[in-house]
Amino acid sequence: MSDIAQVDDKVRSVVQQALDRHGREREGLIPVLSEVNRALGYLSPEALSEISRQMRVPKSQVFSVASFYRMLSTKPRGRHVIQFCESAPCHVVGGREVWQALQDELGLQPGETSADGRWTLVTTSCLGVCAVGPVVIVDNDIYGNVDRAQLPQILARYA
Amino acid sequence: MQMTRALVLVSSDRESMERGARQVFERLQQEIRATGLQDEVVVTMVGDVGRHDALPMVIVYPEAVVYGPVRPDDVPFLVEEHLLKGRIAAGLQASVRELSGRIAWLSARQGTLPAEYRIVLSRVGLIDPEDIEDYILHDGYEALGKALTTMTPAQVIDEISRSGLRGRGGAGFPTGTKWRFVASAKGDRKYVICNADESEPGTFKDRLVLEGDPHSIVEAMTIAGYAVGASEGYIYVRGEYGLALERLSRAIHQARQMGFLGRGIFGSDFDFDIHIHAGAGAYICGEETALIESIEGKRGEPRSRPPYPTTHGLWGKPTLVNNVETLANVPHIIRNGAAWYRQFGTKNSPGTKVYTILGAVNVTGLIEVPMGITLREVIAIYGKGMKNGAAFKLAQTGGSSGSIIPASLQDTPMDFDSFTRAGVSLGSGALLICDEDTCVVDLAKVLLNFFKVESCGKCTPCRIGTQRAHQILSTIAEGTAEMDDLKDLLSLADGMANYSNCGLGQTAAVPIRDIMRHFRAEVEAHISLRVCPTGVCPMSGRRAMVA
Repeated sequence: MSDIAQVDDKVRSVVQQALDRHGREREGLIPVLSEVNRALGYLSPEALSEISRQMRVPKSQVFSVASFYRMLSTKPRGRHVIQFCESAPCHVVGGREVWQALQDELGLQPGETSADGRWTLVTTSCLGVCAVGPVVIVDNDIYGNVDRAQLPQILARYA
Repeated sequence: MQMTRALVLVSSDRESMERGARQVFERLQQEIRATGLQDEVVVTMVGDVGRHDALPMVIVYPEAVVYGPVRPDDVPFLVEEHLLKGRIAAGLQASVRELSGRIAWLSARQGTLPAEYRIVLSRVGLIDPEDIEDYILHDGYEALGKALTTMTPAQVIDEISRSGLRGRGGAGFPTGTKWRFVASAKGDRKYVICNADESEPGTFKDRLVLEGDPHSIVEAMTIAGYAVGASEGYIYVRGEYGLALERLSRAIHQARQMGFLGRGIFGSDFDFDIHIHAGAGAYICGEETALIESIEGKRGEPRSRPPYPTTHGLWGKPTLVNNVETLANVPHIIRNGAAWYRQFGTKNSPGTKVYTILGAVNVTGLIEVPMGITLREVIAIYGKGMKNGAAFKLAQTGGSSGSIIPASLQDTPMDFDSFTRAGVSLGSGALLICDEDTCVVDLAKVLLNFFKVESCGKCTPCRIGTQRAHQILSTIAEGTAEMDDLKDLLSLADGMANYSNCGLGQTAAVPIRDIMRHFRAEVEAHISLRVCPTGVCPMSGRRAMVA
């Protein structure tokens, strides 16, 4: 029981902080969702309910917005999120091979989270760092000119 | 490895041809062979190089020396002096006075190599983007002062119209006309939005402007606000651009402190302020009505148009939406005048264009060149040639919404009208250069996957069309497609192009049509021969060969 109450408190305070910063107007919904997503790692059902209640926006609409944008997640994610750019500029300079190697190395398909909760692997569209493709992003760190041999070293930096 | 040392261009517009450009070109070829330079020097005829009286012209890169008028008899001297001895052929240079267009731009480059003259990027990498005083030292906020104290809003719009500036987001719509629409729209409140949701694959020009010169956007938006009668502006920055967001916030804060934003700017009765809205990851929000929906706190689904944002935009009010690069031109035009701006680029597409060069070239990166330069020049001069001396096969312009440009179009001037005439599009400014190891089916498959993932799903032609087209391209790549599938593919392309609600679905058809138009044989080989000519496609579903 006490555990659940604590989680509730945390969600409530994170949502409260986001609302204080961005306001309760509809215009603030995406900034609020983004901030709560950053603070909690994802948008849990209780966080979405709390936002809906506080901002007086129907839950269906809050969920519809939360599920639309790539940077928002309605599912829990691993401790580290690996994004691989699958757009053409990275693809034609060796991205295909690196992407295959990355899936093999992690034993994950795109969208999956590893059983130990360490990794979530996702593909992303272009992030505008194309001059150094292929590009792999782990959390907020961008790695450019990646070849398959570098992957184990890069992954070893994240516990 | 074979490296091209010099590139020689001969103008070949109608007037040049009448004045003997063909003979000059042939004489150049002869002389270059005679001196044994044929492996190091490429000679090519290009179209119009700008308006001027010194035709025919010969441009020699990488020094970017402009000769003209050149007669066939001048050629031996030119080749011997410039290409053999490496010095400027005395007496043949075109006089600067007579020059305009691309040539004026080259002459104004102040000896930089490779030849560049920057307008949009003039301060990027030169000033401290976090220090407003550095911006002011480099003529910053001078244009705003000029507009507010010496010009009426109508005069500002006139100046922008006369400059011929066209939208750099990809569509090429005349900026002055758009401003006039918003200015004349009825409404008690109006808004100015800077579209900084740069998400076209391969494009990062706007990011470098936002990171390197954020005040130029603040200044341009304020000028735009004055011109159209808006007192509030929004910058919609894609959420992934963290540094750009940080620098813009700081720039806005500094501008407020110095009185460039707020009430009574420059002692006038004009008030203006700017808000930042960070995106949350959705390509479709680069579409202006989806962007507006997103600012309003909704899913980024494009609205039906008309009505256009110029009359019914943010919260239903008249709204001006301009791309970052378009806006970055504005202060320069106001400060230096429309005539100054018109000397660069071509008659119908004045000014410069920022490109990102990517792919199979020796040097990738960002360049700002005049409108009307050709792909061949970009690859040879700025890309420093193809990587490993490979042959150029195609370029994919403007991210995913651009076109696939085959090698046969590499001498087509890159400006809005020439590209439209050639049936291709300039897009947003990415140039993905591909060599012969690139498979067009594989490329189209990647592009369609992008559209499939990024489709917002609101309208059926795009939601189903991108899905199904990607599926068909995948079967072609696996070697299991039949010839009839190509018919389906093209009819899907027609459906997406004609019936999609917004640009995403409409442009999703482009790569399909382009590969079928320019590379049909290569696509068909995947089906009839079950072979990928470049060896890229897996062809894993290939039927066993009958013994």
